[in-house]
Amino acid sequence: MTAKNSISNITAAVWKTAGRAFSTGRETTHPFWLIVEKEISDHVRSLRFVIMVALIGVTSAATVYLALSGLKDAIKPSDPEGSFLFLKLFTVSDGALPSFHVFIGFLGPLLGISLGFDSINSELSKGTMSRMLAQPIHRDYVINAKFVAAVIVIAGLFLCLGLLVTGWGILKIGILPTFSEFVRILGLIALTVLYVSFWLNLSIYFSIRFKQPSTSALACIAAWLFVTVFYGMLVSLVARSMAPSEFAMPNQIIAYQKFIQGISRLVPSQLFSDACTTLLMPSVRSLGPLTMEQVHGAIPSPLGLGQSLLVVWPQLTGLTAATVVCFALSYRSFMRKEIRSR
Amino acid sequence: MDQDIIITAGLTKSYGKKNIVNNLNLSIRKGEIYGLLGPNGAGKSTTILMLMGLSEPTSGTIRVAGVDPVRQPVEVKKKVGYLPEDVGFYDDRTGFENIFYTGRLNGLSVSGATEKAKWLLDRVGLTEAAHQKAGTYSRGMRQRLGLADVLMKSPEVIILDEPTLGLDPEGLRRFLALIVELSREEGLTVLLSSHHLQQVQQVCDRMGLFVSGRLIAEGSVRDLARTLFAQELISYEAGLHRGAHSDTRWENICSGLEEAIRNMEGISNFSRDGDRFFWASAGDSGHEIVRKVIAADAGLAYLNKKEFGLDEIYHRYFSSVAES
Repeated sequence: MTAKNSISNITAAVWKTAGRAFSTGRETTHPFWLIVEKEISDHVRSLRFVIMVALIGVTSAATVYLALSGLKDAIKPSDPEGSFLFLKLFTVSDGALPSFHVFIGFLGPLLGISLGFDSINSELSKGTMSRMLAQPIHRDYVINAKFVAAVIVIAGLFLCLGLLVTGWGILKIGILPTFSEFVRILGLIALTVLYVSFWLNLSIYFSIRFKQPSTSALACIAAWLFVTVFYGMLVSLVARSMAPSEFAMPNQIIAYQKFIQGISRLVPSQLFSDACTTLLMPSVRSLGPLTMEQVHGAIPSPLGLGQSLLVVWPQLTGLTAATVVCFALSYRSFMRKEIRSR
Repeated sequence: MDQDIIITAGLTKSYGKKNIVNNLNLSIRKGEIYGLLGPNGAGKSTTILMLMGLSEPTSGTIRVAGVDPVRQPVEVKKKVGYLPEDVGFYDDRTGFENIFYTGRLNGLSVSGATEKAKWLLDRVGLTEAAHQKAGTYSRGMRQRLGLADVLMKSPEVIILDEPTLGLDPEGLRRFLALIVELSREEGLTVLLSSHHLQQVQQVCDRMGLFVSGRLIAEGSVRDLARTLFAQELISYEAGLHRGAHSDTRWENICSGLEEAIRNMEGISNFSRDGDRFFWASAGDSGHEIVRKVIAADAGLAYLNKKEFGLDEIYHRYFSSVAES
C-alpha cells in the first residue's frame, strides 16, 4: 500500500513537473532568464549571426572534406597516433587549406566579436537601455545576461558543429571514435567556447567604452588582427634580432627558446592553438623545448587524456584568466556608467 | 489623497564643482499631475534620474512612494513608471512584443502580460498597429506606445520626461488628454517635465519652475501669477460697436465715453485707438466701464481682461533669475 502510494506520489510529481515545462504560461520567469531569452532570440534572428554561421559552416565543411580525402595518406604504419584516427579529421590538412582547428581559431574570434561589439552601445544609442533599467531589475542582470546569452549561442553552435563533423566522419570513415577520442573532441569544443568567449568579453568591453558601434567593431577587429597576424610577425622579428650564434652554449639557446616562447604566449590565440594541438594530437608531450635526457628512454606512445590536459593546464588557466579579466573590466565599467536617455 | 508620494529634502547633485540640482525640496501629493517646468539644462532630467534611482544624489534624501531610491532602486522601479525623453524601442520587434517584454520583466506571467498589453494597446489606440514593427511607428505612436509601456507595471507614479517633444499639435492634444484620462482613472500620480508652457498649463494641477538646479516657484498657474504680478495692474481692452450711428454722432459718443472713463477713479494708462479703448486698473473695473458704455448708447463688441499666462510668468522668472 505504501509502495503504491509513493509511486502515485512520484507520478503526480512527475506530471506536475511536466505540466510546468509545457505550461499555459501562468507563472513568472526570473527576469535574468527573460533577458537571456530575448538576447538569444535577437542573436539568432540577426543577419550577422546567420552570415557568421554560414562562413564557419562552409569553411568547416571544406576543411573536413579535404581532411577526409587526405586521411589515408596521413596515416603511416609507424605513427603512434594511428589509434587516434578520428582526431585526424580535425588536424589533417593537405596544404591547400588549413586544418579545422586552425580555421576555428581564426574565425571563432570573429564570431565572438560579432556577437558582442554593439551589445551595450547600440542599446544606449537607441534609448532602450534607459527603458530597460527603469524596470525592476538589478543592473548587473543586463550585462550578465548579455554574456550568458552569447555564450549559450556560441556553445550551441560549436557543439552542433563538432558533433556534425563527428557524425560525418563516422559515415565516411566507417570507424566509431573511441571514448577518449570523443572526450577529446568535447574538450576541443569546450576550449573553443572558452576562447571565443574571451573575444566576446573583449568586444563587450569595447562596446561599453566606445559610444559608436562602428568604433568598437573597428577596435575589436584591430585587436583581432594584431593578435592573430601581426603579433606573430613581431615575435619572429624579435627572435631574429636576438638569435644567439650557432656556437652558443646549450643553456643559452634554451633560455633564448624559452624567452621567445614566453613572449609568443602572451596572446590568447597562441594559447588556444597550443591547447588545441595538445588535445588533438595525443603524441605531443611538451610544448616547450625538450632535452635529449628528458626524451631518452621515453616510449613513443600517445599520452592519456589526463596527461594531455596536464600539459596544457597553464594555457587553459591563462585563457580563463584573460576571459575573466575582460569580463570584470566590462562589468565594472558598465556598473559605473551613467545611463541617460540617448 | 492628501499624503505626499514624492518627497525630496535638500536634494543636490553636482558634477565636479557645478551643482546641477541645488538643494531641491519637492513634495508631490498623491494623485496630482505635477509639471516640472524649466529651460533646457535646468536639471529636470537629472532630478528624474535620481528619483528613479538611476543616478545617485550627492546629498539630500528622497522618498518615492515610501521607498528610498538610493537604497532600494529595484523597489522604486516596481512602483514608478518612467518614460525617458525620446524613448527607444526594439525596432525589429512589434509594438506588442516590446511592451509584452516589459510586462514580463515586471513579473507578469505570459498570459497576464498578453492580456495587459492588449488592453493597454487598446487604451492608447494602437490595437491596429500592435503587430507592426516598432521601427515603423511614427513619433506620436512611439510616444503612445511609451505610455502603454510605462503602465504595464501598474505603477503608482509615472514620470514622463519631456513627453510632448516633437509631437504635432493634434497628437499633442490627444496625448495629454490620454495622460489626464489614464491618471484620473487609475488614481496615478504624474510627474512630467517640459519646457513647453502651454501644455503644462493645460494639464497640470501644480507646477514647479526649475531654473539652474533650483526650484524657484511652485503652485498652480494662478498662484504663480498672483505671487509674481501682485503689484501689477490688470490690463483691459474694450472694442465698441458702432451700430447704426452716423459719423458725427458716433464721434460724440466716443469722446464722451473717453472723457468719462478717464475721470473714473482707479483708471490709468487710458488710450484710445479708433473704436478700441485700452486701460489698466488696480482692481476689477470692467463691469463699471461696460455700464458706462451701455448708458452712452454705444454697443460693446468685446471686453478683454488680460491675465498673465505662463509665458509671462516664465519670462519674468527667468529674466529675474538671469539678472540676479
